[in-house]
Amino acid sequence: MLRDSWLIFRRDFSLSMRNPAWIMIGIMQPVLYLVLFGPLMERVVANTPGFPPGSSWAILTPALVIQLALFGSSFAGFGLLAEFRSGVVERLRVTPASRVALLLGKVLNNALQTMMQAILIIVLAFLVFDLDAPFGGILLSLLIVGLTSVALASASYALALTIKNEQAFPALLNAVLLPLLLLSGILLPITTGLAPDWLYTISRINPFTHIVDAERASFRGDVTMDALFTGCVVLLVLTVLTVFWGARTFRKENA
Amino acid sequence: MIRARGLARRFTARGRTVDAVKGVDIDVAEGELVGFLGPNGAGKTTTLRMLTTLLRPTAGEATIGGCDLRKDPLGVRKRIGYVAQGGGTHPECRVGEEIELQGRLYGLSKAGALRRGAELTEQLDLAGLDHRLTKTLSGGQRRRLDIALGLIHEPKLVFFDEPTTGLDPQSRANLWEHIRRLRAEQGVTLFLTTHYLDEADSLCDRILVIDNGEIVAEGTPDSLKASVSGDGVVIGVAEDSAPAAAEIAGRLDGAHEVTVTEDLVRFRVPRGDTAMPELLRALDAAGIPMRSMQVQRPTLDDVFLTLTGRTLRDAETAPAGEVAHVA
Ligand SMILES: Nc1ncnc2c1ncn2[C@@H]1O[C@H](COP(=O)(O)OP(=O)(O)O)[C@@H](O)[C@H]1O
Ligand SMILES: [Mg+2]
Repeated sequence: MLRDSWLIFRRDFSLSMRNPAWIMIGIMQPVLYLVLFGPLMERVVANTPGFPPGSSWAILTPALVIQLALFGSSFAGFGLLAEFRSGVVERLRVTPASRVALLLGKVLNNALQTMMQAILIIVLAFLVFDLDAPFGGILLSLLIVGLTSVALASASYALALTIKNEQAFPALLNAVLLPLLLLSGILLPITTGLAPDWLYTISRINPFTHIVDAERASFRGDVTMDALFTGCVVLLVLTVLTVFWGARTFRKENA
Repeated sequence: MIRARGLARRFTARGRTVDAVKGVDIDVAEGELVGFLGPNGAGKTTTLRMLTTLLRPTAGEATIGGCDLRKDPLGVRKRIGYVAQGGGTHPECRVGEEIELQGRLYGLSKAGALRRGAELTEQLDLAGLDHRLTKTLSGGQRRRLDIALGLIHEPKLVFFDEPTTGLDPQSRANLWEHIRRLRAEQGVTLFLTTHYLDEADSLCDRILVIDNGEIVAEGTPDSLKASVSGDGVVIGVAEDSAPAAAEIAGRLDGAHEVTVTEDLVRFRVPRGDTAMPELLRALDAAGIPMRSMQVQRPTLDDVFLTLTGRTLRDAETAPAGEVAHVA
């Protein structure tokens, strides 16, 4: 299974690297947020009570990185639908390769692509803006981004193979992603000090709120905080569930 | 090599159910080249996808290469090659990459995959294309690459789904040659589907005819044709003596379906070749000179017509650009 995963990963990776422009297109949005929205946050954070600790850049950058994982990996299923249509999926499924490996290889490539984009954004925030974060925290945050990407890409593949419709799939994703994004406090953290009670309560049900919280905590280098643990537990559970769902979908129609 | 009993598949989509395959029995012996002939939508691909572990049958069982389809799908996958109807190459991948990946997924080492790949590209006239993106290949080249991928692990049993659909006549003839050689030189057992009569006729030892998810006939091309009632005969006479000639032809042993159109008389007899001299003598005796004659051996299209009441051409719902070739 590891060998098969590696083979599939290598193939997808070299396909991704054949078009490195996509990496750049993928980070355009977060970069624009950093440049055109980030400076606005500096005063707001300094003068408004209720924000989590840390500078405005340490609040915004980790959230943008999670947003990147959220959007980049959720559309992974779209590429799978194209492969499905060209018969590649059936061709691979008729080989003795492990079904789980066919999923894992792809998912690992998605995670690596997202992590590479995340590094570019963090480096930019360091060099151009006032981001200050401990090295260990950054490493941990990259791990969180990678796992988030694994979870989302697995779910995306499972969903794509289930509905198998190139029109319905992106429409459905957009309908799900926007509320998930808003409710996870990416641009403005949803804290007790800023949000009305009902909004705060709803946001706590959203797993991505906890993941964003954990990402912010690791940017602060705050490994003892509760938020980091809740976030990591939520993330691990989410990853296990979605990979299981993805693997089941890849195995489903088999004899 | 293949033994299937009561294999069936029902699709349910949006509350509508389609019985794509309604319980087929299939037996293929080692070394045979068997054709699965039927119009589009007959259930050929669905049957093949069940036999190759890609689709779970709703009923029935099968043993492929000695492995039980339901209990040991992995064993089946290791023993078979499958070339899907639409192929399975990634348009952005290079030919060499696809071949290496395929070989390694079947457990070959990198060197082994490359060696076997070189062998196959040589055999299938694909040499020198290693660095080409598959989307830049011609239709015939891409089809041969699909075949190379299906043969990478030297399977003893290979499934081809419509190997020549969409190819120009020259590429078709070329591909037939490759398929024949595969069997002759390597003793591979082949099971192929087709909706081309000439393909089934000239390539296959044995044909299973499928229509509407059911196997309606089975046999060698010749025995299937023999099951149709006899040869078609057309003779030309002067228009005013045509009715008399038709009556004489109708008295031949076993003659039937006698029709007259202007100066042509058509009928069927069990053996056209032996009936002709007799007819000639009888017409001579009646003073009717014969101007032309034609004896036509039954075609598989006649078989299909006899079995289903439709010609294969009528049954076609072929997408634009696909032309049914009729023998
Ligand atoms: N995945 C599917 N879902 C629903 N119906 C299907 C599916 N695959 C095939 N069918 C239906 O099953 C029938 C047989 O199709 P198929 O096996 O592809 O025919 P053939 O290969 O002989 O042209 C057709 O009516 C087709 O519409
Ligand atoms: Mg078909």
